Amino acid sequence: MDILVTQVFNGLSGGSILLLAALGLALTFGQMGVINMAHGEFMMAGAYTAYVCQQLLGSAGVSLLVSLPVAFLVGGLLGVVLEATLLRRMYHRPLDTLLVTWGVSLILQQLARDLFGTAGVDVAAPAWLSGPVEILGFAFPRSRLFILVLAVVAVIAVTLVLKLTPLGRRIRATVQNRRLAESAGISTRRTDMLTFFIGSGLAGIAGVALTLMGSISSNLGTSYIVDAFLVVIIGGIGQIKGAVIAAFVLGVAQSWIEYSTSASIAKVIVFALVVAFLQFRPQGIFQVRTRSLV
Amino acid sequence: MSVLRSRYVVGIGFLVAAVLLFAVAPALLSTFRLGLLGKYLCYAMVAVGIGLAWGRGGMLTLGQGVFFGIGAYLMAMHLKLADAGPGAVPDFMALISSEGVPWWWEPFRSGIVTVLAILLLPTLLAVILGQATFRRKVRGAYFAILSQALAAAFAILLIGNPVATGGSTGLNNFKGFFGFSLRDPANRQMLYFIAAGALLVMLVVARQLMVSRFGELLVACRDGEERVRFLGYDPATVKTVAFAVAGTMAGVGGALFVPIVGIISPNDVGVVPSIGLLIGVAIGGRTTLAGPVLGAIAVAWAETSLSEQFPSGWTYAQGLLFMLVVAFLPGGLASLVTWRRRSGTVEPPTASTPEPEPAPAGGVQA
Repeated sequence: MDILVTQVFNGLSGGSILLLAALGLALTFGQMGVINMAHGEFMMAGAYTAYVCQQLLGSAGVSLLVSLPVAFLVGGLLGVVLEATLLRRMYHRPLDTLLVTWGVSLILQQLARDLFGTAGVDVAAPAWLSGPVEILGFAFPRSRLFILVLAVVAVIAVTLVLKLTPLGRRIRATVQNRRLAESAGISTRRTDMLTFFIGSGLAGIAGVALTLMGSISSNLGTSYIVDAFLVVIIGGIGQIKGAVIAAFVLGVAQSWIEYSTSASIAKVIVFALVVAFLQFRPQGIFQVRTRSLV
Repeated sequence: MSVLRSRYVVGIGFLVAAVLLFAVAPALLSTFRLGLLGKYLCYAMVAVGIGLAWGRGGMLTLGQGVFFGIGAYLMAMHLKLADAGPGAVPDFMALISSEGVPWWWEPFRSGIVTVLAILLLPTLLAVILGQATFRRKVRGAYFAILSQALAAAFAILLIGNPVATGGSTGLNNFKGFFGFSLRDPANRQMLYFIAAGALLVMLVVARQLMVSRFGELLVACRDGEERVRFLGYDPATVKTVAFAVAGTMAGVGGALFVPIVGIISPNDVGVVPSIGLLIGVAIGGRTTLAGPVLGAIAVAWAETSLSEQFPSGWTYAQGLLFMLVVAFLPGGLASLVTWRRRSGTVEPPTASTPEPEPAPAGGVQA
């Protein structure tokens, strides 16, 4: 029973990190078909933002709360710059955006190494997040619970924005049918830019969350980006709920397989499971219904 | 595409390449530099396959490092076992474990089994992956991400099993190659010649595939897969064959990489090197025959010479190349060459000519 609870909690915790990383990707990939390989580096930028905030402000608790919105802005602005300078001219070649953003990610990583050094830096967790909390006799680390809550809040916020705001309506219209949305008077270009801002900003927030998990270094993003993309693939394009389910399923599965085999075998098994899953649902769990053959 | 059509030009090209590789390079370069060139040729072999799968078939494969790595590790296992002698345990393995050689290493004591495995295993994996994805119409970005996930899993698997694969250090310190000492400069030169010969053979194969009916179908699958299906062909098979050929080429490149360079580690096969293999192809011109080869050699050469002087400079250069070439010159340098030729001679592009990229660069040419 102990093991079951611990493993499920570890899985949910891993899943919540994956979810934070994949949420922004699901938005941008779903709407524009752009594969942003630099998303992981936007996370890294968010993590370093938390580090800089702490250096400037000192107090761990205040800096964490300040760095969340600041990292959202930093990630978002990076995304907008990327979208406006490079990606905008490449929407008809979605596969090539993958390589272009890969180049961006290489440069951002090297920049981080040159600015902050190759060694990892630590961001101190505030006192109210250190140590475990007792629930029903089980001890859960507070920092992991915080990330879980953060992920849930992020999902709710994104869902509300998508469902209730005019921007959300425009985004949903663009995802479902870009050309029809355009002829209805929606500026898809502006919508794209705002989506990219929100998606990349979420990466910044994910980065702040990761500072609670351990020290941060320039390759922080690379370790999450592959799994985050798998979440988007399994979840299906253009749906937040797909990403939520996929992230938690992948997190729990990974935690269980790692527990019963080893971390290295687990990756291979998870890959095989994903390929097997795509045999049944090549488009992911949820898909936008369309009559197109492609 | 006029290059591909004219047998005359291609014949001369092969002749020049053969003279350069077999006569000029060995005469001009020291043994060390020749070894470096041999390493670049191994990358070029992978590039030929990528050109076929990505440039011609539209399959953006980010996992060629896996096939490269399988070939390389198979060769490295055989060399380690041969160095140790019959029935003995390789040196690195004896240091960290007392359990002896894993059972799945045993077959690779035999040279023939190793060579067959190098040719077959990467191909087989590519066929399985290709069938599993293309059959279900998993393509484009989904395929790219899956191949990348495969590369990530492969590297983690290698690092996680230090007893069997040397872990993150990988396998190195090889003494012989099928009975020839690797210390002897003459044998090292022989390895270079083997690599050069293998590359030329692959180029011939790739050209034959490109000009054949299969090549036309492959391009058709890239540009309009559903139409190909409606015409009664099976795009999944066509794409799987191209992907498998690319896998074989990468495997052979990896196998020759090991004795030439003397080390194979997860750093050579993971996500980052796998994607790094693409930039040479993109620069040279992904849809052409010679472009990927020349691009891969140029990029590998630039990497060696740049990172000797500025260690961090190469990463910036590589990143910039990815950004600028793919965004602004999707046809690669080859598109500049064809553009000059087209404007020079009056050669109307025929309807059957597959345009490499109906993208901005193509628009400028017209």
